[in-house]
Amino acid sequence: MRVAVIQTPGSNCDQDAYFSLRDYLGADAEYVWHRETSLEGFDAVVLPGGFTYGDYLRGGAIAAQSPVLFEVKRFAHEGKPVIGICNGFQILTESGILPGALVRNENRRFLCKKVFIKRVNATSFWTEGVPEVMAVPIAHNEGRYIADEVTLNQLEAEDRIAFVYCDQDGNVTPAANPNGASRNIAGILNAGGNVLGMMPHPERVVSELIGGSDGRRLLARLAVPTW
Amino acid sequence: MPTDAPEQALHHEMGLSDAEYDAILAQLGRTPTLTELGMFGVLWSEHCSYKSSREILKYFANYKSAIEGSGLENAGVLDIGDGIGITFKIESHNHPSAVEPYEGAATGVGGIIRDVLTMGARPIACLDSLRFGDITEQDNVLDRRLFDRVVQGIGGYGNCIGVPTVAGEVTFHRRYNGSPLVNAMCIGQLRLEDLTTASASGPGNAVVYLGSATGKDGIHGATFASDVLGEDSDAKRPNVQIGDPFAGKLLNEATLEALATGAIVAIQDMGAAGLTCSTCEMSAKGGVGMDVDLDRVPTREPGMSAYEIMLSESQERMLAVVRSGREQEVLDIFHKWELPAAVIGRVTDTGRVVVRRNGQVEADVPAQLLTDGCPTLSLDAAQPRSVEEAAHFNPASLPDTQRPAEDLLRMMEHPDVASKRWVYEQYDYSVQTQTSLPPGAADAAVLALRGTRRGLAAKTDGNGRWVYADPYVGGQLAMVEAARNVACTGARPRGATDCLNFGNPNDPNVYYQFREAVRGVADAAEALRIPVLSGNVSFYNETDLGEVLPTATIGVVGTLEDASFRLPMGLPKEVGYVFLAHPLHQHARQHGLGASHYLRVVHDSEDGAPEPPLLDHEKSLIEFLVAAAESRLLCAAHDISEGGFAVALAEMCLSGSAGVFALVDGDEHMQRHIVGPLFESMLRGNLQPTEEVFASLAGAEHAHGPWSYSDRTDAKLFGEMPGRVLLAMGREAIASRGAERLAALAEDLHVGLLCVGTFSQSFRTFQVVTPSRPLINLDLERLGNAYFDAIPKLMQQA
Repeated sequence: MRVAVIQTPGSNCDQDAYFSLRDYLGADAEYVWHRETSLEGFDAVVLPGGFTYGDYLRGGAIAAQSPVLFEVKRFAHEGKPVIGICNGFQILTESGILPGALVRNENRRFLCKKVFIKRVNATSFWTEGVPEVMAVPIAHNEGRYIADEVTLNQLEAEDRIAFVYCDQDGNVTPAANPNGASRNIAGILNAGGNVLGMMPHPERVVSELIGGSDGRRLLARLAVPTW
Repeated sequence: MPTDAPEQALHHEMGLSDAEYDAILAQLGRTPTLTELGMFGVLWSEHCSYKSSREILKYFANYKSAIEGSGLENAGVLDIGDGIGITFKIESHNHPSAVEPYEGAATGVGGIIRDVLTMGARPIACLDSLRFGDITEQDNVLDRRLFDRVVQGIGGYGNCIGVPTVAGEVTFHRRYNGSPLVNAMCIGQLRLEDLTTASASGPGNAVVYLGSATGKDGIHGATFASDVLGEDSDAKRPNVQIGDPFAGKLLNEATLEALATGAIVAIQDMGAAGLTCSTCEMSAKGGVGMDVDLDRVPTREPGMSAYEIMLSESQERMLAVVRSGREQEVLDIFHKWELPAAVIGRVTDTGRVVVRRNGQVEADVPAQLLTDGCPTLSLDAAQPRSVEEAAHFNPASLPDTQRPAEDLLRMMEHPDVASKRWVYEQYDYSVQTQTSLPPGAADAAVLALRGTRRGLAAKTDGNGRWVYADPYVGGQLAMVEAARNVACTGARPRGATDCLNFGNPNDPNVYYQFREAVRGVADAAEALRIPVLSGNVSFYNETDLGEVLPTATIGVVGTLEDASFRLPMGLPKEVGYVFLAHPLHQHARQHGLGASHYLRVVHDSEDGAPEPPLLDHEKSLIEFLVAAAESRLLCAAHDISEGGFAVALAEMCLSGSAGVFALVDGDEHMQRHIVGPLFESMLRGNLQPTEEVFASLAGAEHAHGPWSYSDRTDAKLFGEMPGRVLLAMGREAIASRGAERLAALAEDLHVGLLCVGTFSQSFRTFQVVTPSRPLINLDLERLGNAYFDAIPKLMQQA
């Protein structure tokens, strides 16, 4: 599977995603500059984290206008796998590929810590077979997922909530919610289940030497040559 | 020829003394233009010229030749093997942070990142050493706000630019009230063959401006940083630069990409003193000159004068010398990253920096005169009375601890010792996916470097109260502690950088502090064979109470042969022994109470001086720690520092997942015949330590060993005796005769070692006893609440 790691001015987890996929998972990853207008020949897309355009308007708002995003939309529509991590999740909501929005953390501070997330949907391309509870770090200022009640109910009804914040035993509690996200949501799927947006960083936990390896189970999907 | 010669009194406004102005007149042979005078003002400021500190900094130069090392180390680079070079530097941004804490701290981070970048290195980690006023004072809203905003500024810049902030320290004292110290350190990694210079060369080569456009911000910032802040500090707000981390990120990527082309001959950050500093320093280093046309400099607003352009400290800018004919390659890369870039001049062979604006020559000065011509000041030094007084401190005047558990809790919740989680959770410490031991997990941060098995450890240290009490010993301790912290992770300390923060050097007492602290740092570095690769001096740090505590911040970087050897400080979820590594021979009549955390918190006294380090022992201890980590016998290690044995042990419990039962007072005889078997049985039965356990100890004779330095209980529990480290060993290593092997290693390397306790995941308490009585028995949860909640509680009032 050929994986496009999108580079936008201000991306700062592009190299992390690239090296994690290539060095730890043996995936066939390549950088794609945000001005590219074609994703021809790629089988999956990673929108990495960072502060695209400094997040100066809103997180991901300017990057959502990048030429390559038109192509990512087409790609998503065709049912090919797309993952947006952190700022990448923000770009997915800003571009309308995923519903809802990511706003400032409840405590109005940047928050970097390891959290636990629980898999909710268990059948999509991204979530099938991943462990039920994973320890994955977050590092964000605007990571609080919000949507109107109708949307939230719809996400639940359609089994499109990928991950929720939980404690280490898998209990979904208010105390385990680091940023005030609606219904503890850490990640959601599109209707087809092929697009995942999530605030935690799976690419940062691919080896015990750097603090954990739970992220491997999720990203391993991109190293599978059968797509 | 230069025009519009200014009035003579103007030089005072530029921060130049009459003697300096006379030197300029004599050297130039004419009256300087306004632009020239401004250029002299910034480059001859304390911040840029080191005119007051040059004499003293020779201490470092003197021993440099004594330390073996390749030429690389003179360039400020460590060769760590596998073709990888590591470079690092620390710099202060105190004055701007006092006036505008968010932007001051942010631009401090940005500046030091660019310093590393200009070596051709990718910035891979930042550390921040911070000092604030006493935030526990109810009405000290100012310092809580400064603390809050500085932390946000560091995060705001570092998080966005994508360089992890992995370690540092924060302490608080009223002698920093309103005058915070913000010392930012950055570490960069490069391929050794990519090492870049700042030395301009090749007449005819292009002088290329790279990065953000120049605005009117930060004009004369370097001069401002060389002055005492007063009531008019608010009026100096426009002197503080504004940071743009997004532009910084683009500059990082564009610069690294441009350097990789090989078209760049030399490059330097435009930091303090902006275009003036970069043109003059690069020319002077290469023995060449530059002709620069300011009309070509990208500016944010029209009509900026030569003076303004030359003195602006707008951020996120670099100056490069590019091979003639290859300019377009470099410009194209910067334009791809959506950054301004322009050829603004050419290298010449005249040795003069010539600056034109609107076709007129606005400055024409020998580069060397600006960079090296500032007359060195020879200042008086006199020992402050406080140093004499501290030396005569006798703890006998103070009662011994009556309620050690209560005392421990108070020490743990003091913000100097309390967990800094509130701080480091606001920093992205895991971006770049190399962070192996994050903040709070070990005595130093450890990175597992990409593309090699090797690991890198780094830490900053520097206790201003110790330097105040005894500048020489305080300087030694700063170096020794930073090195010991790095070694506690299993890394061998390889190099150091220093940031020296002092008051007004014209005060002989301050100058004495500075001189003696530098001597202490240099002597300790030499004894430990750690080269000081870079450094920075910040004077004129004053509060309403006088000069700030003299603070020598030392950053040490070390390497692990294999990153997987790394040791955290927390006790793991299992059972095992706790060992104390200590000096074999201790000076008599020590107590470790002078200028200690215990004295300050419990007795409300800052009397006395710290115990001097035993440098030979410290060297042996480092060897022992590295060897012990490589043997994989240990599961944790933690330095005994502020708060002594009890605080260090408590931190190991709270950073990890186990309780402890430990004994103070005991020697090897006791360990072998009583404590050892007792611990064994506790381990096997996985028991909670009980009164019976304690009762069986009561028969033991009073012992000596490493505890013999004092008869006082507080000295044993809380005394700050340098050269001591706590080590933990898990069940598996014990089963393979690990205790015996560790003891043999210690003996070989002349380090004392004693088993002092046992830990277990099933212990819910923190217990310390002597052979004759219990001292501390605290619930871990209570201890943890004191430790973790202290700073968040204080900051709720921010």
